[in-house]
Amino acid sequence: MATAPKPRNRRPPRIGEKPIFRNGLIAIVLVLVLLVIVAPLAIIGVQAFSKGAAFFAKSITDRDTAHAIWMTALTALIAVPINTVFGVAAAWAITKFDFPGRRLLLVVIEIPFSVSPIVAGVAYLFVYGLQGLFGDALQSADMKILFALPGIVLASLFVTAPFVARELIPLMQAQGRDLEEAATSLGASGWRTFFSVTLPNIKWALLYGVILCNARVMGEFGAVSVVSGNIRGQTNTLPLHIELLYHDYNAVGAFAAASILASLAIVTLIAKVALERRGAGRVRRPALAGPGLAGPTLETTEPGMSKP
Amino acid sequence: MPKAAISTNFTAAVDRRRNLWKTEAAAGHDVPRGFHPFAASPLTIDEGPALRPVTDRRMALARRAIQEIRGPALARRILPGLPLTLGITLVYVAVIVLLPLGALIFKAASLGPADYWTIVSSDRAVASYRVTMLCAAAATAFNLVFGMALAWVIVRYRFPGRRIVDALVDLPFALPTAVAGIALTTLFASNGWFGGALSALGLKVAYTPLGIIVAMAFTSLPFIVRTVQPVLEELDGALEEAAQTLGASDGEIFRKVLLPQLFPALLAGLSLSFARSLGEFGAIIFIAGNQPYETEITALLAFIRLEEYDYPASAAIASVMLMAAFLMLAITNILQTRALRYTVKG
Repeated sequence: MATAPKPRNRRPPRIGEKPIFRNGLIAIVLVLVLLVIVAPLAIIGVQAFSKGAAFFAKSITDRDTAHAIWMTALTALIAVPINTVFGVAAAWAITKFDFPGRRLLLVVIEIPFSVSPIVAGVAYLFVYGLQGLFGDALQSADMKILFALPGIVLASLFVTAPFVARELIPLMQAQGRDLEEAATSLGASGWRTFFSVTLPNIKWALLYGVILCNARVMGEFGAVSVVSGNIRGQTNTLPLHIELLYHDYNAVGAFAAASILASLAIVTLIAKVALERRGAGRVRRPALAGPGLAGPTLETTEPGMSKP
Repeated sequence: MPKAAISTNFTAAVDRRRNLWKTEAAAGHDVPRGFHPFAASPLTIDEGPALRPVTDRRMALARRAIQEIRGPALARRILPGLPLTLGITLVYVAVIVLLPLGALIFKAASLGPADYWTIVSSDRAVASYRVTMLCAAAATAFNLVFGMALAWVIVRYRFPGRRIVDALVDLPFALPTAVAGIALTTLFASNGWFGGALSALGLKVAYTPLGIIVAMAFTSLPFIVRTVQPVLEELDGALEEAAQTLGASDGEIFRKVLLPQLFPALLAGLSLSFARSLGEFGAIIFIAGNQPYETEITALLAFIRLEEYDYPASAAIASVMLMAAFLMLAITNILQTRALRYTVKG
């Protein structure tokens, strides 16, 4: 394990330093970034205001759009805290204890990342839908899960389940158990140990995971579109409402709504960069479930975080 | 005794102990934990302080003594909270992740092999696999070149705006797929910023397989950059320098020195990017045109079957996607495990 902090002043790279090559490559990459990444972002703003600010304001205050914004916010308000609690619990269990099947558990937690959102949506249909495992029971109990808020929340929970855990596990693994063991042996309770010892060490990584989780919950389209039923003004989240407006030939309205989510994406990116400066997101376990649970693959760049 | 003599005696004793320890270890005997040339040893040596070695048995006795005094807290498992946190984790994973996937597999399995095969090997389904895989391969190939160049430029060069470019790489992850979908469609539609110029060249992107490739490439771009970037940062400059002093050209050094080191990370990034492209839905359906046999991706076919209330067909097609996802997960894991060899330092 690299105990010394990474040297900041590396020796200059050896190849690719010829000015023609260097400047040419930078120019090509910048043009491509402009075309591939910046242009899609720019056109959202341009289209959203293409009929003027008044139309934009009217679009985003439209009754159905406002309801979609509310649905999206509500979903995030429910799903993000649940997945945060899950992420912290999973990280505590996996990093503070040794038990058989730990690595398998890690793989299972990360499954949602590799499953298509559509598959997730379809899978939920076969649990809570009329054709599903609990379909009859739910109907006789007169409970509506699909095509309603609970279904949207469940699908979002599935899709974003690994986000917080994935940020915390490698970091807490790298930090070890010494501090918590010291706190406990001095008589602190489990909660006290967590809140006054562990939490201060993981707060930025936790926030990082929460922000990424929130961005994904608010933007999720595939899984939610299967389980929501797309009822305008009732079960439409913002991404679904954008699709509806777009197919209604109200492109400007769609882009106005999309600009809200694009702003959220930009805020997320800025927060991400700010948190990365504080050391969050730096400790990475490159493999999903490689040999990586042990120390050597973890690497911290912030000296205060590295294990002595 | 004169001072010098004591000192010589002591050194000699230490040396003797060290040698004893070495011969003991070399002979394959278990040298007890805590055995140190400066501490006393179970081997009889007459000089030195009579410390007793820490053996496993003594450790166990000490632990038991502590346990009796302080309760089980200081025994092997010191920290609290295992039942609570592991309980939450297992229940949550079972209910949120495994239950739905199990229900999907159950539904698909209840079809019976003949019906299942008929559905998943129907012409329309096979055409959708072909469209999805070919487009994902093309998008991944584009990302291989562009992502590699992007990572190289971000790591190797310093130029104004470098940090902004670095941050922008994650935009495709942060931007909701539906938003990316309508933005790309508007850009590449025949009256859009790019579509107009491209149609003058006779290229039609929106509502063709090219559009699918564009959407897939956009949404999976960060994978290759973010897997190659850390490896590129950690490369040892001395190897390049050595190759250079031996007279290799830049091209040769890149191919023969750098690429082999980057290769595992590149492969891992490729498989992540490809897997993501196979499952992408939101960004594609806007730009694809969605014509059966031509521009219909597998995810959309599963969705369409659902809207037709043909639940078994939807389950079968989704199960194929699930199997593909698990296959890609396994491949990615193997590749990343191998990639790790090159990222581990020291």
